[in-house]
Amino acid sequence: MDIIHEVGKEQLRTDLPEFGVGDTVKVHYKIVEGEKERIQIFQGIVLQKRGMQISKTFTVRKISNGIAVERIFPLHSPHIQKIEVVRFGRVRRAKLFYLRRVKGKAARVKEKRRY
Amino acid sequence: MIGLIGKKIGMTQVFDSSGKVIPVTVIKAGPCKVITRMTKEKHNYDSVQLGFEEMKEKNMTKAMKGHFKKHNSPNYRYLKEFRLKLYKDIDEGEVFDVSMFIENEMLKITGTSKGRGFAGVMKRHGFHGFKASHGVHESYRGPGSIGQCATPSRVFKGKKLPGHMGVDKVSVKNLRVVKIDLEKNLVMVQGAIPGHRNSIVYLRKEL
Repeated sequence: MDIIHEVGKEQLRTDLPEFGVGDTVKVHYKIVEGEKERIQIFQGIVLQKRGMQISKTFTVRKISNGIAVERIFPLHSPHIQKIEVVRFGRVRRAKLFYLRRVKGKAARVKEKRRY
Repeated sequence: MIGLIGKKIGMTQVFDSSGKVIPVTVIKAGPCKVITRMTKEKHNYDSVQLGFEEMKEKNMTKAMKGHFKKHNSPNYRYLKEFRLKLYKDIDEGEVFDVSMFIENEMLKITGTSKGRGFAGVMKRHGFHGFKASHGVHESYRGPGSIGQCATPSRVFKGKKLPGHMGVDKVSVKNLRVVKIDLEKNLVMVQGAIPGHRNSIVYLRKEL
């Protein structure tokens, strides 16, 4: 198994900030449309992080014009320009799928105070 | 040279230059030594026998020891003969490694598929089975009727029925070489290849 992890090692990103499940993040993602390139910002709550090494992905959920949108990003993708952590969330589980069924006040994540 | 013996390490993914995720299978291939060389003049066909992965002498059978001794070679665990079609100026004792492959080249990879044991017709032949409800009873994954009645009063040969599945020789063509690691003797090809991890596979150039 170790050889497998060695293979993509040079492609691993070390420049990204640490963030966890429940945090609100801004993902600056490069989008290529034909010839043109532009940066799209996707801001939302991190629902889950899964996978290991190069295959690691994270899911971000946001409410856009009243419609919930979830996007899965490969954590080590070269298309990610920048990740900003807007808010640290205090959560008690590793996967926040319950946020999909709750609305309004229940769908909030408490902020973690950092001193 | 047309091919190498390798070992499947497993699957992972890499990002290509445009940032796309590419699923790759990592194979440890070679270095393979030419143990014997069959020639048109002497054996009526051209081929080489390659050896892969050295082995301790105490684990060898006498027959194998004799074979390696005859050809003045160290002992190898796996042997495989490769027919030569185009390049024939190869001698005994030459060693080949992954440097024989080029990136973006297409390979044909042969291996032994994973064993599925005694499998039913749905898994083995892709039959559709029966409905899970609407009055179906006791028969959800069966084959249905397997023939007629008094004429011909037998089941035709080759009828698809349950039986042993897997552990077959399977070849996959057009696997693109994504990356080569000369130091660690690794080849990465796009897509899946037959067999479980650590199973022996044969890599051939598509000529």
